[in-house]
Amino acid sequence: MAIKIMKNFLKKIFSGFFKNKEDVKLGFYGPPNAGKTSLANRICKDFTGEEIGSVSKVPHETRNIQFKEKVEISYKGKSMTFKMIDTPGITTRVDYEDFLKYKVNQKEAKIRAKEATQGIIESIKWLDDMDVVVIVLDATENPYNQVNITIIGNLVARKIPVLIVANKSDLSFPEYPVIGMSAKYGKNLDGFYDEIFKLAKKVR
Amino acid sequence: MVKKEMLKNKKIKGFSIRFIPYSEIKHLGSTERIRKILDLAFENYILILQGRLRPEEETRLIEDTMAMIDHVKNFKGIELAVISSEERLSVLDKFKNRLVMSLSGGDLGAITIIGPASIVKEIKRDPKKIELMLNK
Repeated sequence: MAIKIMKNFLKKIFSGFFKNKEDVKLGFYGPPNAGKTSLANRICKDFTGEEIGSVSKVPHETRNIQFKEKVEISYKGKSMTFKMIDTPGITTRVDYEDFLKYKVNQKEAKIRAKEATQGIIESIKWLDDMDVVVIVLDATENPYNQVNITIIGNLVARKIPVLIVANKSDLSFPEYPVIGMSAKYGKNLDGFYDEIFKLAKKVR
Repeated sequence: MVKKEMLKNKKIKGFSIRFIPYSEIKHLGSTERIRKILDLAFENYILILQGRLRPEEETRLIEDTMAMIDHVKNFKGIELAVISSEERLSVLDKFKNRLVMSLSGGDLGAITIIGPASIVKEIKRDPKKIELMLNK
């Protein structure tokens, strides 16, 4: 009896220990073509030498959940191991005719549309399993898209931490430096002054 | 009234606008709410709903919409936008609003607009207004 209790106790301790040692599940969510896979690829390439998936100008290139295990990210002397999870872009509409504009033939477009709808369902089902989520938005598009708000609302309701990334900042004004800030709340004023000083030094 | 005006205008045809007060969905379960919304979308209604769905119902609506695209011919999905009453409130008013919401069972000051993607090309929104762009 005493041995059984001891065995259960040790089992609990070790299962708890290994649970805490599990990699942080880092999900990449957002609308189609916002650059989720490009960002995940950049991180995976930097820290593992391999990419997570293919990218394309055609929307819904990622139509299945893609994983990269054991991605150890080292940054400023700290290191954490992540399980990277790249998800299909979420939208409320999928029309196969939209793919025809990208010279995809009708048969392939219909298959792509079907796979895209299934991918979106899969993305939503995975929301529960994430530890941390990066919402990747296209900085050239209006961020007040209801799907973005819905996804963020769901993550907040599930108490999953969210980081919103405004991607493609290079496309808004590619020839000029761009910084993200909030004048109202004084966020990233440091970045603003850095840039102003950098620019001012050019004329002095 | 709106329907009659739409019918007079020959350039815009093939859809109607339906307003649903919150009382009509308040007592429905999530499955029935979503079924009601999608049924109206299949019938080419643009739906203006008083209040809003819960976050998990909004994702369920997206999931069911995707499943329906695969099963219903010519259905391309929906466009969806919500203006929440909270976006226009101060911190104190937000607190009061949440108290009222917990008593009434929903955000009655919110407005949800849902339309079939075959009719509604895009819903442009900022925190204070919604614009519907229709397909030609």
